[in-house]
Amino acid sequence: MNRLILLVADQPAALKQIQGALQECGMCVDLSVAKDGVEAMALLQRKGKHADAPRPDLILLDLSLPKKDGREVLAEIKADDKLKRIPVVILTVSESEEDILKTYDLQANCYITKPIHSRQFVEIIKSVQNFWLNIVELPPPQTP
Amino acid sequence: MNTEDKGEPFDILLVEDNPGDAKLALEALKVGRLRYEAHVVEDGKQAISFLRREGEYADAPRPDIILLDFNLPKKDGQQVLAEIKEDENLKCIPVVVFTVSKADEEILRAYDLRANCYITKPADIEQLFKIVRSIEDFWLTIVKLPA
Repeated sequence: MNRLILLVADQPAALKQIQGALQECGMCVDLSVAKDGVEAMALLQRKGKHADAPRPDLILLDLSLPKKDGREVLAEIKADDKLKRIPVVILTVSESEEDILKTYDLQANCYITKPIHSRQFVEIIKSVQNFWLNIVELPPPQTP
Repeated sequence: MNTEDKGEPFDILLVEDNPGDAKLALEALKVGRLRYEAHVVEDGKQAISFLRREGEYADAPRPDIILLDFNLPKKDGQQVLAEIKEDENLKCIPVVVFTVSKADEEILRAYDLRANCYITKPADIEQLFKIVRSIEDFWLTIVKLPA
């Protein structure tokens, strides 16, 4: 069964890069995309048209999001018993130590800064995929 | 913060009661180019004392990352994890659970207790070496750790 990654990011360029990087890996991974914080939570909490949305195995979350900020999304995920176990990898531009610390305090599983150069970015996505989908034991699926 | 940028070595706390596994992990870390200081404690009580800088560990550095075995004497690894993640001063430190069990209940429990990730320790020495290298590569060169 394919693993499902939920990518939460609002910039089209980032989305394309990430989709490309994941395809390059050749692993059987499905990608679900939310372009803002509200959509992300609707997908995760299976609201409205997302009632049948599958639960992701891993979430890649940008902190800068429209409608609902990524930090708020992170806090909501980690406060929700049904969602809190899903590893959240923060993938964002900010290098601020305050942001990094605050995000770990909110129980992000790890924090990665987006590099400027796209080749480096692709390599990072591959590393994320390899580490989280090949090496790490992800939480086993719980009953929906 | 990537302490490597500032020229300071990473501080890695290895909570591991099996001397063979501890030695292997240290060997694997040595292969990398990163500067680090590895601190090894052998049971759960020592782990907490180290982190709280109690007694003989009064001058212990704050680790940048913790590798935690679940099977520990004196205080079990799950208890150590729970205490770390409930402590306002310690909870931001990434904890990589690195332990033998592949049981679903243990994995679930680790994530419930806010482990940053769970990795099964392979029995094969070469594999174990590779996995420690992967942990180092990912957590110390790609991830930004909290200051």
